Amino acid sequence: MKEKIALDVSHLPLHGEGMASLTWWGTCAFMLIEGTGFALSIAVYLYLMSLAPLWPIRAPAPDLLPGSILTLILLASLVPNILVGRWAKQKALRKVRLGLVIMSFAGIAPLIVRIYEFPALHVSWDDNAYGSITWLMLGLHTTHILTDLVDTLVLTALMFTRHSDNPRRYGDVADNGMYWNFVVATWVPLYLCLYWVPRL
Amino acid sequence: MSRSRNDPEDRRPSDVDLPEAEVARRLHRTWATPRTLKDALSTVDHKIIGRRYIATAFVFLILGGLLALAMRLQLAAPEARIIGPDRYNQIFTMHGTTMMFLFAVPVMEAVGVFLVPLMIGTRNIAFPKLNAFSYWIYLAGGILLWVAFAVDVGPDVGWFAYVPLAGPEFSPGKRADIWAQMITFTEVSALAVSVELVATIFKQRAPGMSLDRIPVFVWAMLVTSFLVIMAMPAIMVASTTLILDRLVGTHFYNPAEGGDALLWQHLFWFFGHPEVYIIFLPAVGMVSTMIPTFSGRPIFGYLALVMALIATGILSFGLWVHHMFTTGLPRLGESFFTASSMSIAVPAGVQIFCWIATLWAGRPQMKAPLLFICGFIFTFVMGGMTGVMVASVPLDSQVHDTYFVVAHFHYVLIGGALFPLVAAIYYWLPKATGRMMSERLGRVVFGLIFVGFHGTFFPMHILGLMGMPRRVYTYQPEMGWGGINLFVSVSALVLAAGFLLFFIDVFRSARSGPLAGPNPWNAPTLEWATSSPPESYNFLRIPVVSSANPLWDDPDGPSVASGLNIDRRELLVTSVVEALPEARESSPTDSIWPLFAALATAILLIASIFTPWAVVWGALPVTLALICWFWPKGEPEDEA
Repeated sequence: MKEKIALDVSHLPLHGEGMASLTWWGTCAFMLIEGTGFALSIAVYLYLMSLAPLWPIRAPAPDLLPGSILTLILLASLVPNILVGRWAKQKALRKVRLGLVIMSFAGIAPLIVRIYEFPALHVSWDDNAYGSITWLMLGLHTTHILTDLVDTLVLTALMFTRHSDNPRRYGDVADNGMYWNFVVATWVPLYLCLYWVPRL
Repeated sequence: MSRSRNDPEDRRPSDVDLPEAEVARRLHRTWATPRTLKDALSTVDHKIIGRRYIATAFVFLILGGLLALAMRLQLAAPEARIIGPDRYNQIFTMHGTTMMFLFAVPVMEAVGVFLVPLMIGTRNIAFPKLNAFSYWIYLAGGILLWVAFAVDVGPDVGWFAYVPLAGPEFSPGKRADIWAQMITFTEVSALAVSVELVATIFKQRAPGMSLDRIPVFVWAMLVTSFLVIMAMPAIMVASTTLILDRLVGTHFYNPAEGGDALLWQHLFWFFGHPEVYIIFLPAVGMVSTMIPTFSGRPIFGYLALVMALIATGILSFGLWVHHMFTTGLPRLGESFFTASSMSIAVPAGVQIFCWIATLWAGRPQMKAPLLFICGFIFTFVMGGMTGVMVASVPLDSQVHDTYFVVAHFHYVLIGGALFPLVAAIYYWLPKATGRMMSERLGRVVFGLIFVGFHGTFFPMHILGLMGMPRRVYTYQPEMGWGGINLFVSVSALVLAAGFLLFFIDVFRSARSGPLAGPNPWNAPTLEWATSSPPESYNFLRIPVVSSANPLWDDPDGPSVASGLNIDRRELLVTSVVEALPEARESSPTDSIWPLFAALATAILLIASIFTPWAVVWGALPVTLALICWFWPKGEPEDEA
């Protein structure tokens, strides 16, 4: 049976950008998974709070300073992050390299502040259910920052190799930036929940 | 930089103006998995991985089935002494856990892995390395559970592992940890497959396959994937917090320190109820795809069927509390969940009427798959009826934790999912192996399974109404349950004989069944447009679709697209709604790193049962394997 050729696709680009890229959709799906996980952790927090006669349980509300500094760092990191995304779209290799180095530091800085955030909770994970859920939420988000940091570091290294000047790589940079926006976006409700809900 | 074929820089040949034999030869060189051990472990072909997944899931079905037979042996007579209470606890936990987490969900995802790329006309699944990884991690989870069982550390807290029984106080030792960590393995694999399927279905459909031309099974897999993505995080949170309570002394489920036992039930069933539809929706998708073939006419009510799938998916998140009616929740909440539970009967009914209408308006051919579909409709309606019954609080309070519930969920799960799955095996196995199964044996298999099933599970309704609780390892003769239990146990043997014959037929047909040819059933969907079994590259040229039933509406076979590169792995990315071509995207080549990444992840997860520090040192090999996985290898596939 001779096949009827109805369409010639040879003129198409070899890599789709944005919503035409499979990785973009994969990243979105993973964000949906993780977003659901974070939403559930907040639900567990509020559920436990609704049961407790006093909240926080046998602890003062967490100190605001470390968590707020971390929030500011994360919000500030959005500026270089958005710029890197733009440079990736323009395929400006040198700017992208610079931006990724900045974003690597923007990933390390909150981890350093995070070290002071855990003690600022004034409760241990094994003291009571309040301690358990706050440590879980903070731990989950730390893992979140850590995984994106590793991704950024590897990508930064990659952009200094011969594999760098490639539309596929610029797509990776853009998706990595989108994911960082998501890391920041998930932190905002967590921050409000961990630091401000106990003060209500 | 994107270059067009006219660009002198791009000398890599495409399939334009080449004879078909030459195209086939070069596509084979590009896509085929060579027959060596290393290649077998590195393959990313969705058909090979899908076959492995399905075969492994059926091995777990057999293992879970043998456990069921063991329980039926013990319960056949009152005060039997064949299995002791401790072993019995492990056996029913292993049976439920194996069937739900290692068979039902994986097998449905696996059929999707095998079929979806063929049904939508693409060369491979999206993120094929992740697909390989998901299989290995699933296999590791299954082995963990069964090795633990073999050395008497099998979980013994029921397949939903309620606290406080599963907590540190009442379940010392490692049995509950094994259960909780097995969850992590299977959920990671299910989530990975769902991400792949969403991307594949949204972005890799053949040109022209707009949303209203997608086969219903593919729609079902899309909705299912979203259910997995939204529901599985709940069980991940649940099992992680359980293991934290058990291993590092958190208090999520400890009421003495502000925790709550019901929190577990909420989290578990927020996942657990969608889980039922994660199993059921692919099954009804299969049914909606098979019925037109055997009716000889397009499906009646395509839009209604798709809407019913989506509606079921959404409603499934509003039902979880009906598993908790006896926990003393507020009355208003119970009424809400009764209403929502009953409302899910509406989309189920819509589908059933669409199937009946299709059969009614067509000329049904009673081949083996349709036989099982009729068995499904009959059985599932019965299961649905008892479902509406237990959705009502007073009735549920009466029969909760009795054999009535056991009967109900076996009717909806075996009747609602396993019958369609067996139909699907009769229907699609010829596509996978190139050989037909036996119609004559198929009828005997159906007879044995149908009679055996109803003989096994119908009397359980009565046992439940008589007050026999589930999960008891024996009962006293004075209860008067002995006769019915003996009948149930004998019927279970008939059911098992049906499955034995089914497996014999599968093996016989794969070896020496009559050759199937590309389209043995005269079916309308794209998977039948290619050879049986399909070549490694699925289609010589990507089909171009102009209707919902391309093989019927175009008697000369569908038109095709040319212009894809054949010397590197390349597939067509199309737009979400209309499936207009957007890019010639490359598809990853075989890689051993998904296997290593899965091994490293397995070591981390298993070691973390014994020391929390495994999460720290175990992360290093995982990270290394992932870096090697993603680092570009300088292949043509990396060019863009």
